[in-house]
Amino acid sequence: MDSTTALFWIFSAVLLVAAFRVITARSTVHAALFLVLAFFSAACVWMLLKAEFLAIALVLVYVGAVMVLFLFVVMMLDINTDGFREGFWKNLPLAGLIGAVIAVEMALVLLRGFNVPNAPAPSAKAVEMGNTKLLGIEIYTEYLYPLQIAAVLLLVAIVAAIALTLRARKDSRHIDASVQVRAKKEGRIRIIKMPPSVEAPAAGSAGSAGSAKTGGDAGRAD
Amino acid sequence: MLGPVTLGHYLSLGGVLFALSVVGIFLNRRNLIVLLMAIELMLLAVNLNFVAFSHYLDPALADAMAGQVFVFFILTVAAAESAIGLAILVVLFRNRSSINVEELDELKG
Repeated sequence: MDSTTALFWIFSAVLLVAAFRVITARSTVHAALFLVLAFFSAACVWMLLKAEFLAIALVLVYVGAVMVLFLFVVMMLDINTDGFREGFWKNLPLAGLIGAVIAVEMALVLLRGFNVPNAPAPSAKAVEMGNTKLLGIEIYTEYLYPLQIAAVLLLVAIVAAIALTLRARKDSRHIDASVQVRAKKEGRIRIIKMPPSVEAPAAGSAGSAGSAKTGGDAGRAD
Repeated sequence: MLGPVTLGHYLSLGGVLFALSVVGIFLNRRNLIVLLMAIELMLLAVNLNFVAFSHYLDPALADAMAGQVFVFFILTVAAAESAIGLAILVVLFRNRSSINVEELDELKG
């Protein structure tokens, strides 16, 4: 058993154990962390298959971005975890049976039908340029149009994710600067012309002083 | 079986991984986040098949790298899928305060 074979069995074992723990973990955070381990082991298997660029991209994109997004959502939502395991043991026999049948059938066909022991030797071009450059040449020449569609797809995904989660806060005291700048005097105050109303004095100067005094006393008594 | 690693071994690994994620979808009917994780695992199993076939393909063929290019595009679509899926999940949790799949039956006639 050479080192590549040993590494294949080790990486496969870690990958399958991690995937098993993803679907059986009690806590969602643990499931997300085991999913990180599963992706990392899968990247190692892809390294054995000499797909270096995709292996690194898997680690960077999935472990670096998507799984952080998962962990962010898991930790942001205050999820009530009480009823999560309900029905787990009830569904286990049927699910395990179906899974075992799928796995055994596939393994029976695949292990016998695709018994290709040795990969063909890489072409001289591949040895000279390496996996990343070959893949880049393919993508940017042969598959340029699909690449642009994929880029637009990512843009649509960004816009959709933002549009879905965006909401206007009701309690925010947000000030729109453009509305403030455009404000004119006419929009804020109204000047009303009113005729001046002057009361004519009723009596002489002494009487008016006396009445003012009593008015003052009445006001104080109140 | 424990001889040299053949193409069948890689494909079987992908098959077992796919079966595990199918079982995961059966088991975690209450938790939408783990369902999304199981879907990610399924896509990983499919990608593993593509990479394995691409490695065992004759490099003299004109498009020997086509399998890896396809994996590249699947990764793009999977990233978009999980981003939108998690956004929908956040909105769902805001409206329902629950991510239990079995409670989401408002469209039932």
